[in-house]
Amino acid sequence: MSHHIVEVKELKFSYPDGTPALNGVNFRITHGESVALVGANGAGKSTLLLHLNGYLTPQAGSVRIGDIPITKSTLKQVRQTVGMVFQDPDDQLFMPRVYDDVAFGPTNLGLPPDEVKQRTMNALALVGAVHLKDRPPYKLSGGEKRAVSIATVLSMSPAILVMDEPTSNLDPKARRQLMSLLAEFDHTKIIATHDMDMVLDLCSRVIILRGGEVVADGAAKDILNNRELLDSSGLEKPFRLQGCPICGNKGD
Amino acid sequence: MQIVLLTQRKISFSLASSRAKRSVPPSSREILIFDIGLLNVCAMGSIDSSFFDIGRLDALSSKDSPVHRIDPRLKVLTTLYFIAIAISFDKYDPAGPVPLLVYPMTLMIIGEIPFSYIAKKLLIASPFVLSVALFNPILDRCPMLNLGPISVSGGLVSFASIMTKYVLTVSAVLALIACTGLDSICSALARMGVPKAFTIQLLFLYRYIFVLGEEAARMTRARALRSFGGKGLGMSVYSSMIGHLLLRTVDRAQRIHLAMLCRGFDGEIRHGEPSKIRLSDLLFLAGWCALFTLLRLYDFPAWLGKGLGRLL
Repeated sequence: MSHHIVEVKELKFSYPDGTPALNGVNFRITHGESVALVGANGAGKSTLLLHLNGYLTPQAGSVRIGDIPITKSTLKQVRQTVGMVFQDPDDQLFMPRVYDDVAFGPTNLGLPPDEVKQRTMNALALVGAVHLKDRPPYKLSGGEKRAVSIATVLSMSPAILVMDEPTSNLDPKARRQLMSLLAEFDHTKIIATHDMDMVLDLCSRVIILRGGEVVADGAAKDILNNRELLDSSGLEKPFRLQGCPICGNKGD
Repeated sequence: MQIVLLTQRKISFSLASSRAKRSVPPSSREILIFDIGLLNVCAMGSIDSSFFDIGRLDALSSKDSPVHRIDPRLKVLTTLYFIAIAISFDKYDPAGPVPLLVYPMTLMIIGEIPFSYIAKKLLIASPFVLSVALFNPILDRCPMLNLGPISVSGGLVSFASIMTKYVLTVSAVLALIACTGLDSICSALARMGVPKAFTIQLLFLYRYIFVLGEEAARMTRARALRSFGGKGLGMSVYSSMIGHLLLRTVDRAQRIHLAMLCRGFDGEIRHGEPSKIRLSDLLFLAGWCALFTLLRLYDFPAWLGKGLGRLL
């Protein structure tokens, strides 16, 4: 299914104040891949994500989702294909009730009410949040908010899931639950994160950004073991691949 | 060094009474923590608790009672008519609208909304109304009626009238929200043709007041923890904090808009299937409106006064 492909070619972008954010980014992500987008703060991860659903338009280069280039006229289609989960669930959950929030996307797609209801309940069931449907978002815990945020996107049946820091601000158990949830999805996944251990568990491929450029793009097991590369990009090996402070095993 | 030690000891003495039970000599670090805790409580108590209280309004609206079940549109219309009638009374007639209290009272009793809750909210908002009404007694000194040796000025009478109308209208609206829920009111307003700019604003205000409140509370806490002896709590810091909060809000608004766009927002919030208006809903509207009209046309407090006068 070709609409699961994300192709970015020579993408360049500078913010209105002149700060360059992306200097010619290239990659191609195919159907079903799970890709981690890592890099130090300010490396351009968020800017890149904002291009993937057409919020920002490329100043040079192009972004294609499947067979469609992102332009003004294809925005609706692209946004239905690319489900975007934001870092702060409070930005994502803007309706007064959880149910309304999950139903927001399908309703805007103009689906009939029965279909909206079915999709909403399915999405809530997928993330295990059916019991939260009548609650206002401000009464949810961090983990519940995150699960519901993902449901709001799943209800639109996207082919590609784009997530910004999905495990930030979660307690270890909630993080683990979220990771096993994500592992079940067979969507194409693009995850921007600093959580290298999650990358080790969830992603088969890693793209490293540094100063708005792709400095490495390859199999996760190779990149996550390359200490020099990670070091020079402001990153670290996943903790489980590092030395053990108790038994003194160096881990290399 | 000597002086520092002395002042520390002084503080520990002043704290000693509150620590008598534990009979442990306080270290200076403990005193600092105690001091910060106290400051924190003073500065934060008000903001935190008032926000938890809005959540209570939400909890009340999810109850189930005959007035909760009335269609929101008709409740909104009834309340609007109520407000129109309440403010149409003459400004020198403070007693005239009092019988209208029956409407908010009924909502509160049937809807199981505690009086004390509404009363507290009325008190919180009263300074605003007081500041509006306060000038009446000063500006309008023309005597209206004489109660023995005391003459009551027109200003005082109109002051009383403003306060009566305030209590009536605001308690009715609070009771309406408490037995309907603000989100239902917003969708009712939207269905009745109120411009979506207003209804969406209202909806978002309600959703994000908690987030904004938490953000403000965090900032206040951070400031309180680093302000010692009242320093740093002044106006200049306050104004820069407000500015900062505004900038953060603008940023957040952009992110929310982005999140909405990602899910196909096109300027319209679509609410679910409209509920059907039942006969009981129509009776609610018709019954109350008829009563309000009667209370407006006939001066019941005056009749009551005359009747009592005759009896005495």
